[in-house]
Amino acid sequence: MATPQDISKPATTPEVAVRRKPSKMPSATPQIMKQGPLTPWLYLLPALLVMSFFIVYPMINTVALSFGNRDGTASAATTCQEDRPCWGVFENYRYALTAEFNTSSPQAFWNSFWSSSYGNTIKWIFVMVFGTVSVGLAFAVLADRVKYESLAKAIIFMPMAISFVGAGVIWKFVYDYGTQQNQIGLLNAIITAFGGEPVAWLSTTPINTFMIIVVGIWIWSGFCMTILAAALKSVPDEILEAARVDGATEWTVFWRIMVPIILPTITVVVTTMVINVLKLFDLVYVMTGGNFQTDVIANRMYTEMYKNFNVGRGTAVAVILVLAIIPFIYFNIKRFMEQEATR
Amino acid sequence: MNRDRINRLLNQVPVHVIVLLTILIWIVPTLGLLVTSLRPPEAVRTSGWWTVINTQNAGGPYAQHCAACHGADGRAIPQADLTNPELIAKYPRSLQLLALLRKEINGQPHMGDNPLPSPQEAAEIATFLRQGEQTGSQFTFDNYIDALVGYRGQSTYRADCAAGTQPPDIKCNLSDILNPRGMGRAFINSLLVTLPATFIPILFAAFAGYAFAWLDFKGRFLLFALLVGLQVVPLQMTLVPISRFYAQVGLNGTFLGVWLFHTGFGMPYAIYLMRNFLGTLPRDLFESAYLDGASHWTAFRQLVIPLAMPAIASLGIFQFLWVWNDLLVALVFLGGTTPVMTYQISNMVTSLGSGWQVLTAAAFLSMLLPMIVFFSLQRYFVRGMLAGAVKG
Repeated sequence: MATPQDISKPATTPEVAVRRKPSKMPSATPQIMKQGPLTPWLYLLPALLVMSFFIVYPMINTVALSFGNRDGTASAATTCQEDRPCWGVFENYRYALTAEFNTSSPQAFWNSFWSSSYGNTIKWIFVMVFGTVSVGLAFAVLADRVKYESLAKAIIFMPMAISFVGAGVIWKFVYDYGTQQNQIGLLNAIITAFGGEPVAWLSTTPINTFMIIVVGIWIWSGFCMTILAAALKSVPDEILEAARVDGATEWTVFWRIMVPIILPTITVVVTTMVINVLKLFDLVYVMTGGNFQTDVIANRMYTEMYKNFNVGRGTAVAVILVLAIIPFIYFNIKRFMEQEATR
Repeated sequence: MNRDRINRLLNQVPVHVIVLLTILIWIVPTLGLLVTSLRPPEAVRTSGWWTVINTQNAGGPYAQHCAACHGADGRAIPQADLTNPELIAKYPRSLQLLALLRKEINGQPHMGDNPLPSPQEAAEIATFLRQGEQTGSQFTFDNYIDALVGYRGQSTYRADCAAGTQPPDIKCNLSDILNPRGMGRAFINSLLVTLPATFIPILFAAFAGYAFAWLDFKGRFLLFALLVGLQVVPLQMTLVPISRFYAQVGLNGTFLGVWLFHTGFGMPYAIYLMRNFLGTLPRDLFESAYLDGASHWTAFRQLVIPLAMPAIASLGIFQFLWVWNDLLVALVFLGGTTPVMTYQISNMVTSLGSGWQVLTAAAFLSMLLPMIVFFSLQRYFVRGMLAGAVKG
């Protein structure tokens, strides 16, 4: 997705999906320029300092803290209680991984899993990634055919500028559950206008999680649309025209030509969205606070750490979160290496 | 018009319908927020924001049920002057109003042969009458004033101050704009957090980006690959050790602590963007500059910074929106001591001390600056995103 040329070109024709052969990237300083052995490091110093202190060191420390007790003063093994299952120094992980589950029967386990922060995070990943990518792709294709394209895209993209907190307020108002006679929330007003019963959207499980995911889709579809639209613009017109001349329907053109060509970009968008969803905290925090079985991993970490003040458990949840993201870190680096190789 | 053209137009119809419908779904929730923030508190409590369209045209249920006898302005029957505030105050809600309408007047049903209004309609009539008495208009800026000064009473800031019944934390002079519970103070705090937290990372990233793009050193590629990996490390992974460290050295609740944290966390993406952009600058440019005897420092200051302006703009918008809209970092490191806008709003939502009208006004105030930045600099925002937005 990220070739350096994108930024230097006019925004209308960034070529994202189709890899071109860019001019050879300068791999070193021109020979004529003298360069002291320390010069590069002086330029790097401020960045390296803040990064090692604010990212690298805390990551290592977080892993260490996750094996400790609630204020990081002793091993997690000391928090074990008699007659209870215990994983020794992994006690915080036992708590983080099993505390939400009811293991009395397979059925109870299944139910408790899908109302736990893990089950909800999985729902988030599948529904939100599918929602944002399909809405984004569909809108990118359709908006391309109308005259007011740029206005339409700006409107879909606008929620990206709003904070999750602001979006939370906007949609909490839409979902408002009033009294029997008086609905000031738009959604319930529509339902009652058609003779239905109003629904408490944010406290009725299991629909409440999906109602919050809708807000996520509302925010992030613009992101997917913008990147996918840029990729679609790079699909050569000749191919599309040739297919149409041969009698292919628009539907076939979309599925058999456009989608395969921009597939690398779709992959990038999907992985980016999965990472975003895993980290997502603000929406759940503002809309339900993780109550009514809407908790997700990122919010649970906050609850354990800053509401229950348990350093060990909070960091253990954070480590689990980062373990879920590691495959994507690997994927990111691999993609970067491939891009560099084609330079 | 031949048949072909008509067919083509008809084929276009579904596309327009879908596109316009999607736009509608995307705009309506925000529109509801804006309209609500401009309505008087009573109106917000008793009727949906979309009813502003009805009442403007016909007075809604009032026109339907009451206007025939009481007149469009409510003054037609002198014994029951509906513009009299004392009379209206006896019927604040639909219940009292309906009870009155069920009673007989001079032996005749109040409503004559007409059916009674439904409870929903009665509520809207009550609201309609009260609005006429209160402001004479269905729109007001009072909510924005209430939000800015952090007013949490039952009435409005202006009404309370006029009557001298304001809560203890309100002084009814200009200093109220700095009330720690208000959005005015939070706006200033947000600015104080965001501007340095945008500027410092860009500066550091420009240095590092130059080194990665144009200087030779060992481990250049590996270090950069590591950076690419660091971009997706979640914030949650680094919060705990830093907040423990800040607590020890007294940086909790300070601007400096938040600036540094945002700088560190924004660095991988910022360097990535900078290096990729600087790498595309023409090589000849640097060669001729060096031939003319320029040092790296001169080249950086006089060549790189001016040429990198598009990248700096993209990066600036990204970092600005990221910091301005951030809740987690503000929640953990600043909290209630120096509340920023997102914190203040999330507090209002979770404690629900104030009504929808103040909350919506506060939310809209917090969205104002990002919206301006976004719509005026959208081009740069999109470019920055296309150049590798894995940060979320």
